[in-house]
Amino acid sequence: MIRIEDVSKRYPGGHDALKGLSLQVDKGEMVFVTGHSGAGKSTLLRLIALIDRPTNGQVIVDGQNTSRVSRRKIPGYRRQIGMVFQDHKLLYDRPVFDNVALPLVIAGIGHRDAARKVRAALDQVSLLDKEKQFPETLSSGEQQRVGIARAIVSRPKLLIADEPTGNLDPDLSLEVMRIFRRFNEVGVTLLIASHDIALIDQLGCRRIALANGALQVEEEEDVVAEYAERLESEQERENWPQ
Amino acid sequence: MAAVKPAKKKLASRSSGPVSAWAARHASTAAAALGRLAQQPFSSLMTILVIGVTLALPAAMHLVIKNAQSISASWDNALDFSVYLKADTSLEDAQTLADIIGQRADVSQVTLVSAEDALLDFREHSGFGEALDHLTVNPLPHTLVVRPSDANTEQSMSLLNEELGNLPEADFVQVDTEWVQRFHAMLDIMQRAIAMGAGLLGAAIIVIIGNTIRLDIQSRREEIEVTKLIGASNAFVRRPFLYSGLWYGLGGGLLALALVLYGLFALKDPVARLAGLYNSGFEILALDFLESGMIIATGVALGLIGSWFAAARHMRRIEPR
Repeated sequence: MIRIEDVSKRYPGGHDALKGLSLQVDKGEMVFVTGHSGAGKSTLLRLIALIDRPTNGQVIVDGQNTSRVSRRKIPGYRRQIGMVFQDHKLLYDRPVFDNVALPLVIAGIGHRDAARKVRAALDQVSLLDKEKQFPETLSSGEQQRVGIARAIVSRPKLLIADEPTGNLDPDLSLEVMRIFRRFNEVGVTLLIASHDIALIDQLGCRRIALANGALQVEEEEDVVAEYAERLESEQERENWPQ
Repeated sequence: MAAVKPAKKKLASRSSGPVSAWAARHASTAAAALGRLAQQPFSSLMTILVIGVTLALPAAMHLVIKNAQSISASWDNALDFSVYLKADTSLEDAQTLADIIGQRADVSQVTLVSAEDALLDFREHSGFGEALDHLTVNPLPHTLVVRPSDANTEQSMSLLNEELGNLPEADFVQVDTEWVQRFHAMLDIMQRAIAMGAGLLGAAIIVIIGNTIRLDIQSRREEIEVTKLIGASNAFVRRPFLYSGLWYGLGGGLLALALVLYGLFALKDPVARLAGLYNSGFEILALDFLESGMIIATGVALGLIGSWFAAARHMRRIEPR
């Protein structure tokens, strides 16, 4: 579903957010991208959503090379991906129903058809009774679920989420992850950036760890390397002339 | 992703009524834009007021010119030549001459005003009255009042004037075409000046609407970003702003029309009184249907142009970050 081939991203100013990253997410997978802030998680998602373009390398999403998606085609491309954001990115001047319906309105789907799909999406995140409320009146967790409903309302095959539980307490986070899990069970591919490792381990999904814009070496090796490093420095210290 | 498949599906689901779906979408966007203006009634009304007044100004000036032209046009047609005959011309000769001139194709009517009638008329209207009784001879000549036919052009009029002056019996011909021509020339200049002024005012309206829409875009920046993020095209995010511009323009156009109509209404009675004093049946020419439509259409067009400029300029810069 997603193939990242030797992708680098250098931001103006010379900061390298990604350095020769390659990875693959298969259809129907639910994969987490982890790493410290600045590791390149968000950049990776931005490249997939075509908010940014890579400096080098190829991003291929569902067989479509994003470098061949022209500026004018970007809206159509984005409509095929569901996106969930840490800060929800809801429109606060309109009720929940209208927020969730927005992708359908953009796609030009008729009102009756849209209403049915919106209700189905709201039902999946258990917010059917809140469709007339405004986002401000909802809790943070509920707002995030509205964001998720909006992301899935047009039934995308791929859903990407950037720190979807970043602002939520553990219980709500788990609930959100369970919702994602359910989508995954009906065939949606998910790529979720998160640093909540405890939660991810609970779900037992594949983890892609990023560090400094590249794949992090296997954790065990990492520990060994770290240990070796410490040993070395200790030895050095011992060897130092007193 | 598979770009083709979902697109096809979408097309199929819309094929039942693509036009009506399209119309419904536009109608709802238009209604939403109108609702947004209604949410800030004061500032919206201020904008509409500015546009309305700015549009009403050239429209009113156009009406002034149009009426002046219609008055002077009626002068043109009713322009009589007064042919004063030489004092030694007898009444019979004058009558014969009147008949001859009356047969010309470029003359519609000739009236003979005899010296006696002229004196009587003069006595009645001049206020000299009794003083005239002391005159031993009538100093007034016979006069032929020649009314040219309507088909005359400016050239044939001057030809007629010349030929009447060349008649052996004619002393001199009085005709006041010159000031009418000057008046026309002035009207022409004014018309051009108003057209230029209208152009400038139109540009001002575009700037006003453009600026209003620009502020609107800035205040909704976040919303635009989010909509673009979930796949809205530039056309989609631009649409509500174009409708805002359209509503501003329509509101301004309607207001301008109302102002002009009110002005006409307020002037109607005084003008009728003045016309009555001049024994004239003159009535103000109001706006015809086409002109009324033009005012509104101009407002709408300027609104669309202004919002289009603003949207094209500022929308592209707003991209999700």
